Amino acid sequence: MSSLIGYYSLVFGLGLSFLIFFFSIKNFNNYQKLDLKIISFVFLQFLFVLISFLGLLISFVNSDFSNETVFNHSHSTKPLFYKISGTWGNHEGSLLLWLLVLTLFIFLFLLRSKDQPKKYRILTLLFQQIIIIGFFVFLLKTSNPFNYIFPVPKEGLGLNPILQDPLLAIHPPILYLGYVGTSVIFSSALAAISSNYISEIWASHIKKWILIAWIFLTLGILLGSIWAYYELGWGGFWFWDPVENVSLMPWLALTTLLHCVLVLEKRLILTSWVVILSISTFALSMCGTFLVRSGILNSVHTFANDPERGLFILIFLFILIFLSFFVFLFFYKKEKNTKTFFWLSKETSILINNWFMMYFLAVVLVGTTYPIFLEVISSEKISVGPPFYNKLIIPFLVPFLFAMAIGPKLKWIKSNIENKSYLILFFIISLILSVLIVRNLETNFLFNTVLVTAAFYLLFITLREFFNKKMINPSQNLAHFSFSLLILSILINNIFSFEIVTNLRVNETYESEKFKISFESIEQKKKQNFKTIVGKFTVEQVNGEVDIMRPELRIYNQPNIVTSEADIKINIFYDKFMTMNYVQNQDYFNIRYQFKPFMFWIWVSTLMLSLSGLLSFARGKYEK
Amino acid sequence: MRSLKFLVVLFFVFNSTFLNAQTENLSDKITKNLRCLICQGQSVHDSDSAFANSLKILVKKKLNEGLNEEQIYNFLKNKYGEWILYEPEFNKNTYLLWLLPIMMFLFGGAIIFKLFILKK
Amino acid sequence: MKNKIFPIILFAIFTTVFFVFYKGLQNSNIYIPMKNIEKNIPYVEIKKFASNDIINSNEIFQSDKFYLLNIWASWCVPCREEHKYLMALSKEKNIRVIGLNYKDKYKNAIFFLNELGDPYNLILQDQDGTVSIEWGAYGVPESFLIYNNKIIKKIIGPLSQNSLIQIKKLIK
Repeated sequence: MSSLIGYYSLVFGLGLSFLIFFFSIKNFNNYQKLDLKIISFVFLQFLFVLISFLGLLISFVNSDFSNETVFNHSHSTKPLFYKISGTWGNHEGSLLLWLLVLTLFIFLFLLRSKDQPKKYRILTLLFQQIIIIGFFVFLLKTSNPFNYIFPVPKEGLGLNPILQDPLLAIHPPILYLGYVGTSVIFSSALAAISSNYISEIWASHIKKWILIAWIFLTLGILLGSIWAYYELGWGGFWFWDPVENVSLMPWLALTTLLHCVLVLEKRLILTSWVVILSISTFALSMCGTFLVRSGILNSVHTFANDPERGLFILIFLFILIFLSFFVFLFFYKKEKNTKTFFWLSKETSILINNWFMMYFLAVVLVGTTYPIFLEVISSEKISVGPPFYNKLIIPFLVPFLFAMAIGPKLKWIKSNIENKSYLILFFIISLILSVLIVRNLETNFLFNTVLVTAAFYLLFITLREFFNKKMINPSQNLAHFSFSLLILSILINNIFSFEIVTNLRVNETYESEKFKISFESIEQKKKQNFKTIVGKFTVEQVNGEVDIMRPELRIYNQPNIVTSEADIKINIFYDKFMTMNYVQNQDYFNIRYQFKPFMFWIWVSTLMLSLSGLLSFARGKYEK
Repeated sequence: MRSLKFLVVLFFVFNSTFLNAQTENLSDKITKNLRCLICQGQSVHDSDSAFANSLKILVKKKLNEGLNEEQIYNFLKNKYGEWILYEPEFNKNTYLLWLLPIMMFLFGGAIIFKLFILKK
Repeated sequence: MKNKIFPIILFAIFTTVFFVFYKGLQNSNIYIPMKNIEKNIPYVEIKKFASNDIINSNEIFQSDKFYLLNIWASWCVPCREEHKYLMALSKEKNIRVIGLNYKDKYKNAIFFLNELGDPYNLILQDQDGTVSIEWGAYGVPESFLIYNNKIIKKIIGPLSQNSLIQIKKLIK
């Protein structure tokens, strides 16, 4: 029943698009104010999608296996929380979530833009409606969450146990708030071009939306990485996997856009670039959706490998791109740019930020899509993995970090370097600290020293600024400080992590110079939908520290999978990470013990980064 | 202000006793660069699958036989294709891959220079 | 004039990208290493199954004879399903079936063969999986059709009725 309501709700939602178009066009040239009927239709459209979403949710909660999606992705023994999160943990449901946020955001946009020009608001709505209609059609034609199966199966096929995790349950909604936020920026930019509204006022207005999308995208990526670390068992949190890259690309573009809009807010320059970025960010979001759902790329996190759906998204994506192209070409009036930048000014430092960010974006984009091109053209299949990205990105981080440290210190338009002796002093301190820390490293000593120096430098400069009574821009400072902390934590984690890999039977012990790991015992238990095997290990260090680690193996019945659950001991300086795995045909287990410094700070600094966005949003007014 | 800086330095020096810079061994370096072919996006080093475990043993064997890193990659490339290597080689198939981002960097720099710095 | 060129180039680039992605969709993204078709067989020294003696590939594979090297294990479920095709092949005069027992226990393997039949002229063992990798395999079951010290066909996964027919054709 709820599936039926869900389906027709979607149809009505789509129908509303046509009503919205009709009344919007009618209102466009007539009357000063925006017709209130339009806002109610937009709200109604959101409501219908919400009803549809709830319809799917209820089907999941009730384990209604007459619904094909529920049958494919759920099971009656699943805990309630995961039945609920299973709603969006599949291709069709996640698209419904996209649609939900799309319709919600455009409604909020209309509510919060009352002081903006009517034509601009209507155009934003219409461009967003094009996207919304595209998603409606995609859902109804190729990814219907409400397909009916008969005869009704007694039991579902079960959700992948790796997805049964609280973090992963909230990761998609948060991430989608970010992705879909970029749709509003896209629609707004096209609307602003068409109504000749690109101006400082528009920049100030759209900045809020950019911040919202950015905060959620940052958080979404953070949650995904935390999940990867805790759940996947390899002790890492970023692998340059296509799905990870696909979330990073819009983030890079969005961060760049944020910096540009800060310039545009004050002076009418960089307008074409802001427009191009606004369009590209959403295009990258959509492109990402395409790459991940069409099956064209091979990755950890593959959703739905269906070329038919892939084709639809591809065509839809390029319709949007060509549409933006068209609008830009025919409606955009370039302002006369007679102004130049003084070389030592804040504008220039933002240009440099853009320059580097676009380079990083290029690296990730080329790395992710190149194998596709190569295979089509020459039928050769290659892999592009972490070594590629590390080699191309890390060296450029050094000048980037220095620019981030000095940039905010420059004044708008023109700047002098005076009374800035601390700039040199901090550099020396950073260098000394860095050498002290990296001193035992044999390989890449020089390189790592320079890198750590740059990270420390940014850290100290931004740290000092917090104590400045005349600090003009706390959110920016917090953001740059968090970023420096993030890079520093990642560097320290990389340089100082180590692991011990060994094979042990129960009652056996591994001994080295610094560690003694004893396999004490093994315990088996039966839980709601899996059987668990917990190994008890005592880890003694030469400095006297003793830990008891309990890594776990879980054997699920539906579907039949074995997962390895790491035991992680956390403190603010380091994590101790242990996993236990079966070895085929042997009676011993493969034990992996990892020592990972500063993991806590990697998470905290990223959280602080998104909070800095929130701070900026809350402060509201111009920030110098 | 100065005292704060001094404290931070002290803090790090004291705590760096738990930090021991590790140089990874060659076997780990190689297995991190190999793709586990039956996994969905994991390196041989990180994976615990049967294939990955066999490959780890094989890499150690080959190192003991005296092969160097490049020879081991070539050996595996002959069996499984370039797909197994995470770091793409620099050959006629991949010139664009490695050079395109850098070219775009230079191109971007040139645009900035021309549009904003040169208009005097 | 200059202003018109740039959009046209951009348009051309996007159209090309579209077609590349379109074509890319058609290709499967499951990579099956078919590279070593018609490649030489590797030189390996392998332990025999029952006796732990070492034998090398030159001694096992003679020219002018067909061989099927089959990687199998008693714990491998698809291996049970393909076993009847191996039994059928073992009755063919033109071909000799060689088994490579992968990460298995002697007792379990013997039990398996007693239950389902022994199609192998010779059985070798691969306890740590490295021999399979020398052959370029990556899972079990996998089979290689060999002639004149070259691999002429590689079958990934269990043998099927189809693959049996194909092999029979090739060995005539």
